[in-house]
Amino acid sequence: MDTLVTQILNSLFYASILFLIASGLSLVYGVMRIVNMAHGNLYAIGAYVAAWAIGLAGAELHVSLLFVLLITGALAAALAGAIIEPMFLRPLYRRAEEYQLLMTFGLLLVLEDVMRLLWGPHPLTASALSEALGSISVLGATYPTYNIFVIVVGALAAVGLGAFVYRTRFGVMLRATSQDMRMASALGINVKRVYVQAFTLGCLMAGLGGAVVMPISGAVLGMGVDALILAFVVVVIGGLGSLEGALVGALIVGFVRTIGITYFAEVELAVLYLIAAVVLFVRPAGLFGRA
Amino acid sequence: MTELALASPRVWSGRRVVIGALAVGALAAIPAVASPFQTITICYGLVFAIAALGFNLLLGYTGLLSFGHSAYFGTGAYVVALLVKYLGVASMELFVVAGILGSVVVAGLFGVVCVRYTRIFFGILTLALSQVLWSLALKLFWVTGGSDGLRVPTPTLLGGLGGPGADKVEFIAHRYYYYVLILFLVATAAMWVIVSSPFGKALQAIRDNETRAEFVGVQVWKYRWIAFVISGAFTGLAGALWVPLNGLTTPDILYWPFSGRIVFFTVLGGFRTFVGPIVGAIAYNYLETYAVGFTVYWQLVLGIVLVLLVLTMPTGLVGTAIQIFERVRRARRP
Repeated sequence: MDTLVTQILNSLFYASILFLIASGLSLVYGVMRIVNMAHGNLYAIGAYVAAWAIGLAGAELHVSLLFVLLITGALAAALAGAIIEPMFLRPLYRRAEEYQLLMTFGLLLVLEDVMRLLWGPHPLTASALSEALGSISVLGATYPTYNIFVIVVGALAAVGLGAFVYRTRFGVMLRATSQDMRMASALGINVKRVYVQAFTLGCLMAGLGGAVVMPISGAVLGMGVDALILAFVVVVIGGLGSLEGALVGALIVGFVRTIGITYFAEVELAVLYLIAAVVLFVRPAGLFGRA
Repeated sequence: MTELALASPRVWSGRRVVIGALAVGALAAIPAVASPFQTITICYGLVFAIAALGFNLLLGYTGLLSFGHSAYFGTGAYVVALLVKYLGVASMELFVVAGILGSVVVAGLFGVVCVRYTRIFFGILTLALSQVLWSLALKLFWVTGGSDGLRVPTPTLLGGLGGPGADKVEFIAHRYYYYVLILFLVATAAMWVIVSSPFGKALQAIRDNETRAEFVGVQVWKYRWIAFVISGAFTGLAGALWVPLNGLTTPDILYWPFSGRIVFFTVLGGFRTFVGPIVGAIAYNYLETYAVGFTVYWQLVLGIVLVLLVLTMPTGLVGTAIQIFERVRRARRP
């Protein structure tokens, strides 16, 4: 029983992180039709900036304030997004999508080394946060409280993003632009602004994901490249451009990964990619995507 | 679409033959005039050029952007390494044949799934499938050596030349270089025949307008699949040639950023031209070799080059050179 509870919580923890990354990727694709290969690096920026900020504040602040500093990671990634979209992506919207993909691949290489340049080759971490919370008992299983915190953040992000996209005026403009960019533009929506806002929002989510995972797994070079592929698996299963899809995909990948690590550790990653390939084969647009 | 060298009715135009002969002569003279280091760098470039030629059959001629060509390069390389590990094979000819066969099988299987889609879905699907192989190479360490990879000793060429024990630098900078050069020339000629054949024209028709191609009787699905397999075979050949050069194969060559590099060379040279990928692969390899030697932040250098390339020179080195050449010629004419 405790093992089962622990495994379920592990899956949810993992799914939260994946959702934070994949929802941004999906949102950007949904609105702008760009698959951002540098998205994983924005997640890594979130982790690095949060670790750096917490390291600077260090011993002087109370632990609860350090939690507030996690937000710096999300804000830094959002800022990076707000710079990247107008500078590097806007000139390419009229070109073939190959160029957009290549541009984001180039940005991936650049961001990877910018992080190495700024923070060095060694991992950064702030385990004080995860240690400070200790662990709690959930249905008889002892589980780290910090992981529960991450699950709660993931759940709140899912609800918040859903409410934002489906319940606000900005969300309406976002969805209108994603359905028909020209029509939206003709109706007086400032498409340029919607694009930069959507891209920034996507990066904010990724940065938040990186920031909250950092106290557990640290900020490491290469974390973005690894995360991106899993995020791809999530959005392919769920459907590129769909938020519900990102949520369901994240849960599927989270659970499969936990089961995989327990029972078939050797081929766990291969199974995930195969699931993605099978879903794409059967339903090209993913479970929740529109073709 | 720009009318560059792709549409080339006069295959044997005089100037083209002269330029080609000069290029081949220059490549053949390199071991005699350049240092072993330079020769080996060019040798890597030629190997990557074969991969880029194969890749460009899909991108430039069929209009499909694969982000999973590391799978076929890696298959070629790992087939060779496994032949060495389990069967003790040392013959380069067997390596080449087995590498091509292995990648044809993998590309045949993956192709069935991938060619049903185009555009971004094609890219993501090729990427996801290539990562299946990557994760297997990484995790099945008792077979593949995991992240340490597998060592491959110096092979024997044509049944007698080289072989384990030979001075490696000397071997690679001379005999192996010519071996690679000859296979590169064969591969280039074969690709030229393929893209100029009716089959190649059908691929270009699919690229330009899938619906029209279908209406004039081209079986789009089948043609794309064949192109996919040929593309995989070329890339697999490159993988098989790359292993003895590198002496070691690791899962890195199956990981998706390596696919990104193959895309990078091709775009650097210009994917709208036949020779673009060749020029791009050699140029990229130089760029990377020097960037790695110059700074630990070589990815930053490459990334900036790629960003600038996409923003300012989307037709690549060869495409831009042709444009400049045309402009000069037009300006000279009254």
